[in-house]
Amino acid sequence: MSERPAYTEYHPRWLRRQPSTYWWLERRAYLSFITRELSSIFIAWFVVYLLLLVRAVSRGDSSYQAFLAWSRHPVVLVLNVVTLLFVVFHAVTWFKLAPKAMVVHLRGKQLPAALISASNYGAWVAATALVLWLLLGG
Amino acid sequence: MARRSLEPVLWLLFSAGGVASALFVPILVLLFGLAFPLGWLSPPSYEHLYGVLRHPLTRLVLFAVCTLSLIHGAHRFRFTLYDGLQIKHLNELINLFCYGGAIVLSIWAGYLLWRLS
Repeated sequence: MSERPAYTEYHPRWLRRQPSTYWWLERRAYLSFITRELSSIFIAWFVVYLLLLVRAVSRGDSSYQAFLAWSRHPVVLVLNVVTLLFVVFHAVTWFKLAPKAMVVHLRGKQLPAALISASNYGAWVAATALVLWLLLGG
Repeated sequence: MARRSLEPVLWLLFSAGGVASALFVPILVLLFGLAFPLGWLSPPSYEHLYGVLRHPLTRLVLFAVCTLSLIHGAHRFRFTLYDGLQIKHLNELINLFCYGGAIVLSIWAGYLLWRLS
């Protein structure tokens, strides 16, 4: 109670409006903020899913086949569809804000935001191509 | 000496995790979560996948993606509870749950990937 000065017993209440628990429904920007926040849950789920795959592969072919069968279960499929939506939303908005987070100067001039965004999207394409090549190619 | 805050380190790891998960997670979910289960593409054979996974570089990248994404997720989830539900009085418990969970899962990731050799 350090906010209450000691000199009076009858200190008036501070004027502080308590935001509603549902404040994030008020505006689109708030809603997309909270959507991005919620992507954290799905990223955690995906890490667990990936680790279960790694564990199955480390145990042998039959475990891998069992994992593939489990991945066809409707509940797992729906969860992964939702995860994909959240993760793509995270990726797109993350790369979109990259120019605001990293300001690069070259020969005393600031690089244009579009260039930084483009290089981030380029890295995304490269990472995606690498994964596809490793898993499906060769 | 003033006690240094851990917050900058957490935010740095948060950003690194944001990049790692944005780069690698969408395609991995698309493949292992949808394309292979639904039969759009045939999944890699066991030998092929095992060969890719056991390469030290793959394991190193996967470990980085897993741990950084987990820390990223924990940090974000902590603030979801903080701002979204406004449960600020439970701060310490929430931090313990979020970062503790991320650390436990990271150790599991390290164990699984290490053992794969």
